[in-house]
Amino acid sequence: MRPHIREKKDFSFSEVPENTSFEAGYLVTVNSGWRSIRPEVNSEKCIGCEQCYLYCPDGVIAIRDGKAVIDYDFCKGCGICAKICRIGAIGMEAERK
Amino acid sequence: MSRKFLSGNEAFAEGIRLARPEVISAYPITPQTIVVERLSEMVEDGSLKAEYVHVESEHSALSCAIGASAAGARAFTATSSQGLLYMAECLYYAAGGRFPIVMMNADRSTALPWNIYGDQRDSLSQLDSGWIQAYAENAQEALDLALMSYRIAEDKRVSTPYMANLDGFVLTHTYETVEIPERSQADKFLPPYETDNRIDFDNPKNMAFSAGPDTNYIFKYKAHKGLLAAAEVIKETENDFAEIFGRKYTGLTENYLTDDADYIIVTLGSIAGLCRETADKLREQGVKAGVVRIRYMRPFPNDEIAEALKNARAYAVLEKDVSFGNEGTVFTNVNSALKKSGAEVKGYDFIGGLGGRNISAGDIEGIYRSIAEGTDIVNFIGIGGGENG
Repeated sequence: MRPHIREKKDFSFSEVPENTSFEAGYLVTVNSGWRSIRPEVNSEKCIGCEQCYLYCPDGVIAIRDGKAVIDYDFCKGCGICAKICRIGAIGMEAERK
Repeated sequence: MSRKFLSGNEAFAEGIRLARPEVISAYPITPQTIVVERLSEMVEDGSLKAEYVHVESEHSALSCAIGASAAGARAFTATSSQGLLYMAECLYYAAGGRFPIVMMNADRSTALPWNIYGDQRDSLSQLDSGWIQAYAENAQEALDLALMSYRIAEDKRVSTPYMANLDGFVLTHTYETVEIPERSQADKFLPPYETDNRIDFDNPKNMAFSAGPDTNYIFKYKAHKGLLAAAEVIKETENDFAEIFGRKYTGLTENYLTDDADYIIVTLGSIAGLCRETADKLREQGVKAGVVRIRYMRPFPNDEIAEALKNARAYAVLEKDVSFGNEGTVFTNVNSALKKSGAEVKGYDFIGGLGGRNISAGDIEGIYRSIAEGTDIVNFIGIGGGENG
């Protein structure tokens, strides 16, 4: 399973590692603020075909219990998943209504 | 210990064999080619047990070394000139990731006009990439740097990649008698590489990640401190080296007759020998001449240079590079060292040897004589001078 972002903690000077190796999930930046539209999966329709999973350029889609699940911490809202979905199970919704 | 008649490239390869790198990535370029050819022969005959990877470019050569280092291996590569510039992106990755890779660079001119001969514009253009930069004067020093480089780069206080520079052709292709240390002594001097900065199935981590504005500056500061810490580690390493192998080195600089010198040339690389000979000749004529050879451009020997120059009447920087639109980069660095120390000594810049042009004993004598009389601030040997040359 892909590691998810950990609980946010402030890195003091001494806590920042000397080199660029560290336990995953801490020293990453959430990119969700970049998004103006967000994909929404209709789980009733989704058949878990994995096309969106394969095409997502950021690798933020996983298939869980046979349905597509989106990691909104890193989804940039490009809409490729909605375009590629042949059964129309993914729609793009405005981020700020 | 044995003696061999070796070129600079071959001497460096001998030093690398003793350092036991586990991965060597190689892409040939004149005048570096022979060092990677000799290493490939050593891997072939079994005297060096390393994974020898033929890559398709210099960008890949250093990327491969970074990958090897990130897997915990001791890695080596070598390049020159355009090859160094082509891998420039990866220089920053290696330094920022704190991967203690060692790379030999054969100092060579950069295009255009195309030219394969020696000057130092390639490596000096990469001073800000975060690598330790050493400049060898002769083949023995080249071998010794190869062996010492990993001790310095891999020290936990440093963890910084190391670029050893050899003047193209003048040093890479000229032959000298070189003392080769015993393997058992080399092993005593340089233990195997151990690091936490590696891919580890028992302790999985993110490697070579991004860091946002909240922490990025701290990583940069720590890399800066690591490079600065190399100054002390170089001294310690040279002391241990002298105890085991009997050859003494003098840290970031090497001074010659500077204690009472009125006129000092500051230079780097293989031209230093001719500067010392010229200083001897001038001393016979009553001119108190001296030489400072910069052995390391990074970390920069601020204190050492200020100390050596502070009582001189004038100094000249003799360098094989120019930062177009300003002056020679070594001159800029030397002037900064003096300014920070508060010393006020008249300084001049002499830019020579570009594209392999010979710097003669007469040129060097002319530098000493012209700084004694006073001359233009920035001078191009063979052309003339001016405020900026």
